[in-house]
Amino acid sequence: MLSLKEIRNRIKSVSSTRQITSAMKMVAAAKLRKAQDAILGLRPYASGLQNILLNVTVDAENSGNKVFTEIREPENILIVLITANRGLCGAFNANVIKHVRMLTEEEYAAQLGNKRVHFICIGKKGYDFLRSRQYPVLVHDQELGEKPRFEEVAKLADELKVWFVEKKYDRIYLVYNQFKNAAVQMPVAEMFLPLRLEKKPSGWQGPVNYIMEPSKEDLLEELIPRSLRMHLFKALTDSYAAEQGARMTAMHQATDNATELLRELQLNYNKARQAAITKELSEIVGGVNAL
Amino acid sequence: MKVEIISPVEKIYAGEIKLLQVPGSRGSFQVLKNHAPIVSTLREGVIRLIDQANRESRFPVTGGVIEVKKNRIVVLVETEKS
Repeated sequence: MLSLKEIRNRIKSVSSTRQITSAMKMVAAAKLRKAQDAILGLRPYASGLQNILLNVTVDAENSGNKVFTEIREPENILIVLITANRGLCGAFNANVIKHVRMLTEEEYAAQLGNKRVHFICIGKKGYDFLRSRQYPVLVHDQELGEKPRFEEVAKLADELKVWFVEKKYDRIYLVYNQFKNAAVQMPVAEMFLPLRLEKKPSGWQGPVNYIMEPSKEDLLEELIPRSLRMHLFKALTDSYAAEQGARMTAMHQATDNATELLRELQLNYNKARQAAITKELSEIVGGVNAL
Repeated sequence: MKVEIISPVEKIYAGEIKLLQVPGSRGSFQVLKNHAPIVSTLREGVIRLIDQANRESRFPVTGGVIEVKKNRIVVLVETEKS
C-alpha cells in the first residue's frame, strides 16, 4: 500500500485534473450552444434554396446544362477533410480519419497509388495524419473550421467548383462529422461534385410555371454554385458543433472517472491513516507494558 | 402576402407585407399581391418593403435569389456581414 504522503499527493493531482476536465466540459457546452444556433440559423436558408433549385430543375427535363452534374471516369479525386484542431474530444478525429482511409484505400486505391488523390485539409488533426502518410495536401487551413464565416467558405467552394468545371478533378468529396445531437456524431463522406439533383419529393405539388429571370440556364448557373457554397458551409458548421459535442461528452466522462478515482483514493487514505494510528497506539501500549 | 428574407446566418425578416422591391439581376422590380410566380437572381442593392402598417424597411444585400409563388415570397440573400 502507498504511504500516506504518496496518497495525499495523488489525491491532489487527481482533483486538479478533475477541475481541468470539468472546466473544459463547461467551455465545450457553451461553445456547443453557439454552434447549434448557427446550424439552426442556416436551416431555413438551406431548405429554401433546396426548394427553389428543385422547382427550377424539375419542370423541364434536365435540359442543357450538364457542367455540374457530368459523371466522368474518376481519375483525379479531391477530398476535403474536416477535422478538429485539437484533441481531447474522444474518437471524433479518429472516426473521420478512419472514414477517409476507407474511402481512399478501398474505393480509390489505384488513384491513391498514382498520387491522383489530393486533399484539402481543414483542421490540424487531419493534416497531421495526412502528412504522416505523405499524401498530397493542397490547402491546409486551421481557422475555417473554428469559426466558419460564410464569405470565406464561399470562396473555397467557388474554387472547388472551378476545379471541377476545368476537369482538374473528377470527383470531389467532403468527409466530416455530421452533427446528430450533443452526444452523437456521424462521420460521413458526401459527394460534393458532380452534383446529384434530387428527385421529386413526396409532397411535391407539380410544376409551377415560373417566369425565370434571367434565362433558366443562367439561373441554374447562379443557383448551383449557391447550393455548393451552402453545402460546404453546412458541413463546416456541422463539424464544429459535432466537435464541441464530442469534447463535451469526452470531458464529462473524464470528470466522472476522476471522481470515482478520487473516492477510492480517499478511502485508501483513510484506511492508511487509521492503520498508522492503530500502530502508534499499540506501540505506546507495548512501551508502557515493558516498563 | 407573406415574405421571408433569409441569410445563411439568420432570418432577417418575416411577415405580412404590401409591397416588395428587389434589385433583380435584369433590373429592379416590384412584387405586389397576386404576382405571377417568378424566380430571379438578385444583384447587389437594396431590398425595400412596405408592411401592413405602411412602414418601410430597407435591407442592403450583396446578392441573392427570390422566389414568388402564390403570394408567398422567399428571398435568400447574401449580406455584407454574414
